[in-house]
Amino acid sequence: MAKPVNLDPSEWVGQYGDYLFRYAMLRLRDRATAEDLVQETFLAALKGRSSFSGNSSESTWLVGILKHKIMDHFRHQAREAPLEDGDLREQPDPSSFDRSGHWASGPTDWGGNPADLYREKKFLDQLTKCLAGLSPNHANAFTLREIEGEDTGEICKVLNVTETNLWVILHRARMQLRGCLETHWFKKSAGKGS
Amino acid sequence: MLSCKDVTQLLSDAMDRSLPLGKRIGVRLHLLICKFCARYERQLLQIRETVRRLVGTEETSGGTLGEPLSEEAKERIRRSLRNP
Repeated sequence: MAKPVNLDPSEWVGQYGDYLFRYAMLRLRDRATAEDLVQETFLAALKGRSSFSGNSSESTWLVGILKHKIMDHFRHQAREAPLEDGDLREQPDPSSFDRSGHWASGPTDWGGNPADLYREKKFLDQLTKCLAGLSPNHANAFTLREIEGEDTGEICKVLNVTETNLWVILHRARMQLRGCLETHWFKKSAGKGS
Repeated sequence: MLSCKDVTQLLSDAMDRSLPLGKRIGVRLHLLICKFCARYERQLLQIRETVRRLVGTEETSGGTLGEPLSEEAKERIRRSLRNP
């Protein structure tokens, strides 16, 4: 059963503001953009309130609107700063390998209990910071794949890239993100014995 | 013979699509002898798993991690809702 819906806009910000903002921050990594999209979400909801069916909860309805706005934002970013044309596999690769394709310096042992990592309250902050260090399209590709769980066909449409290039983009995003987490999370926490 | 550089690309690919059999075998053989690439694969899967759990926990808890919406932003949004 869906919760009774009050659809009282004066209560929306207090009730759903934090949730929507955190949802947006995790996916957009930028406070100003996240605030803007949350505001746009509420305004769109206000306009479209009569069409709300009540089949889902109010928060699900609002998140749905926000998610659309985030996708539009990704599409817009992909148009503003398009990824290089041609085959990315042929282009220089800013990674950790020597000329023969061997690790220049390999991944270090992270230690700890991997399964418990998600319980660490500050890990999400570090993840967001590391994603913010990637180029927007790389971070957006990772977000769509790993946070939203979209399939690659859908991501190609949003980012306007070929599937072959998306695989390279995701590979580079994962590699950079892994390196950043190693430097800023695991090497630091190793000293604390966690 | 696959290099570590090739293998890391294929390990990432395998997270998004199924690799042809030959590639899959090549990667598995490489991982038997290369501890860095084996570790790399474990860490990528660990990141994926952690992100999924974080997102799932945030959804079921209604969001508790990270900073809340600032009071200034809340006030601004309330004003815009009163005078849309």
